[in-house]
Amino acid sequence: MQTTWAYISNNFIYSAMGVFALSFFAHAFETAWAVKVPAEGTDSRKMDYSKADKAARIATALMLLAFILLFVGVIARGLSNGHVPWGNMYEFSITGALAFTGAYLVALRKYDLRWLGLFISLAALLTLGTAITLLYRDSAPLVPALKSTWLVIHVIAAIISGGVFLLSNVIAGAYLYLDSRERAGGRPAWATRLPALDVLDQLSYRLVAFVFPLWTFSVIAGAIWAESAWGRYWGWDPKETWAFITWVAYAAYLHARVTVGWKGRRAAWLCLFAGSTFLFNYVYVNVWGTGKHTYSGL
Amino acid sequence: MVSQMQTEVPEIGASGLARFAWRQLTSMRTALILLMMLGLAAIPGSLLPQRPQNPMAVRQYFLDQPGFARWIDRAGGFDVYASSWFSAIYILLFISLIGCVLPRTFEHFKSMRALPPVTPKNLEKLEAHSVFIGDGNDLERAEKWLRKNRFRLRIQDGSISAEKGYVRESGNLLFHLSLILILIGVSVGSLFGMKGSAIITTGERFINLATSYDSIDYGKLTNETSLNTFSIKLNKFVGTYDPITNIPLDYSAFVTTIDELGNERDQVIKVNSPLTFGTSRIYLQANGYSPFVTVRDEIGNVTFQGAVPFLPQDTNLRSIGSIKVPEASPQIGFVSSFLPTYERDPEMGAISVYPLLLEPKLLFSIWEGDLGLDTGIPQSIYKIDTTSMTRIALDSLAPGKSYSFKGGSITFEKVEPWINLQVVRDPGKSYSLIGGILALLGLLASLFGRRRRIWIKVDASGRVEVAGLAKTNAAALEEEMVRFVSAIKGEK
Repeated sequence: MQTTWAYISNNFIYSAMGVFALSFFAHAFETAWAVKVPAEGTDSRKMDYSKADKAARIATALMLLAFILLFVGVIARGLSNGHVPWGNMYEFSITGALAFTGAYLVALRKYDLRWLGLFISLAALLTLGTAITLLYRDSAPLVPALKSTWLVIHVIAAIISGGVFLLSNVIAGAYLYLDSRERAGGRPAWATRLPALDVLDQLSYRLVAFVFPLWTFSVIAGAIWAESAWGRYWGWDPKETWAFITWVAYAAYLHARVTVGWKGRRAAWLCLFAGSTFLFNYVYVNVWGTGKHTYSGL
Repeated sequence: MVSQMQTEVPEIGASGLARFAWRQLTSMRTALILLMMLGLAAIPGSLLPQRPQNPMAVRQYFLDQPGFARWIDRAGGFDVYASSWFSAIYILLFISLIGCVLPRTFEHFKSMRALPPVTPKNLEKLEAHSVFIGDGNDLERAEKWLRKNRFRLRIQDGSISAEKGYVRESGNLLFHLSLILILIGVSVGSLFGMKGSAIITTGERFINLATSYDSIDYGKLTNETSLNTFSIKLNKFVGTYDPITNIPLDYSAFVTTIDELGNERDQVIKVNSPLTFGTSRIYLQANGYSPFVTVRDEIGNVTFQGAVPFLPQDTNLRSIGSIKVPEASPQIGFVSSFLPTYERDPEMGAISVYPLLLEPKLLFSIWEGDLGLDTGIPQSIYKIDTTSMTRIALDSLAPGKSYSFKGGSITFEKVEPWINLQVVRDPGKSYSLIGGILALLGLLASLFGRRRRIWIKVDASGRVEVAGLAKTNAAALEEEMVRFVSAIKGEK
């Protein structure tokens, strides 16, 4: 039974990867078709972008399909070992990719972010590829320390926060790239239809402001759990330390924006710095770190 | 530190305003720099081994790079979070925070009691301005709607000023004040708390006295007189393992406890469910095996008898330990290892292949000479310093078996699990928890609350004029104004 579900999960993850790849190509075509440089004197808004639009819709539909496949894969992984699929880094990674694409698809309902799809599908593909080749571990039960309701609460808050932080980082990165290109004389053709700089700037900030309380909650939930599992609510374990650093970095970012009035490049760099502390925590502390957050190999 | 500093500026003239704004801005900059410094200062503690968390790794670091380690140690690098420079940063940060938040709290209380500002003469320039002809009862309906939506009102002749959304600033202040509460909780815990650990083997009783602990640390303002009375007897310990992967599934320690009032209770301690006695909590931290041995001299007198806890080395609980017999003359020591499920590996020698007692075996080498217990140098209970001893024999035993050697015999009676109890008293943790929850609520209010004003003016001809002003989220105000206007017009 255990192995059957794990097998089903793996197949769904592979299928999701295939569909992410297709979505990536569709986004690439969309970008390519959208890169019609208007001839001298013609208005770019009057050009025929219907092919690009069709590609964009196909790409988004594929992304949604990949998301659903990945969702089933993650659920099946959970069923295979009878616990939420957050027991090791492989399981974190597939759930993280799910949260990341989920954050994108949700944000897509409100903002036209389809231009981002190329990066999102590629990032999901790379994450899943790394997970299944390097991080894969056979489905296994949880060690006693992880057997707690707080696992669900703490980890789901952390994964969603992470997904949104990274999305905001991608947007801040896009901001910095486009800003430097605009300063150097203009956007490259493929990027002309991307949102204006101040829209990107605001969006990146809104995502952080929205998810910062959730990250705070995740840290508090982790502290409550640590109190019952390890006998102290805060012990400067490497994972805790880096969660704290991420919290402080985003707190500084929010203050810099709201109070001191930082915007644009400086704010985007600070956002990237804060996001990189989150990534560092995920990669470094899980793989090379010591401490109480390292379980079952990875 | 606190957001929206500039928006709360009282009217004190242009030069005063500039000075006020400048001072606030600079203190804010300082606070922001301190905040970033705090984040950066936390980094070395996660990269270097830390004494409170991992003293062994610090010792290893000193062995590997003695010169470098000495300098790091001088800079407090092996105990970053208690170092003077780390403390300096967060103390300065909290002073800056208090200096910013307290005056604002008073100001906020004052402005919450004050009436909203008088209706301005010209409403046209404000947001969501609209004009329509009313029926004479517009002000009453407006007042009713505003009260129902819990606006604060200033009723004037022919107009109403209404204001709402102080929750944003309240939340903001609550968030920052709660951080101070968390810091208080942490300080109370470190001043009045204690932490200790003790190993007890099945059948043994732990009594909460300073002498019962293997190691114990008190907060700066407390000592052993603060230990409350309770005892814990370990009746049975059950470890459950996955038969395929050998991963532990569950640890349960079945104990009988007696509290301060003498009440006896049977309880179970698990990894995620500690016991509680007043402010003390008892955690199940580790477990292993204690072989019971009897050592006799050559004429059969017992020179040692008892349970000896062995230290696990791997997930299959291959454990090492030592049996020291200072009573024998000359002194005898058994350098031992214990294997719960013994197997002989062609390369690694004797190993354990499963953590449960399927084929227990005690391996030992017997040493004769001076155990070095009288030198005054603290010794590990798991190891023997054999520098002034000679090895006289080497063997292994299953439970119930004995082995005779020149000078005596050893009997491996049985083996029982031991558990390591961690006793923690943290009287500050509830402050920190409340602080954390309040901080989160404050954060939500300050990020999602929105402050806005609404005005309505009716002139003698029945012409109704409404307008609003939003400090944040103008779009939401527009929607609210639409509802307001339809309420005045009596539409459902």
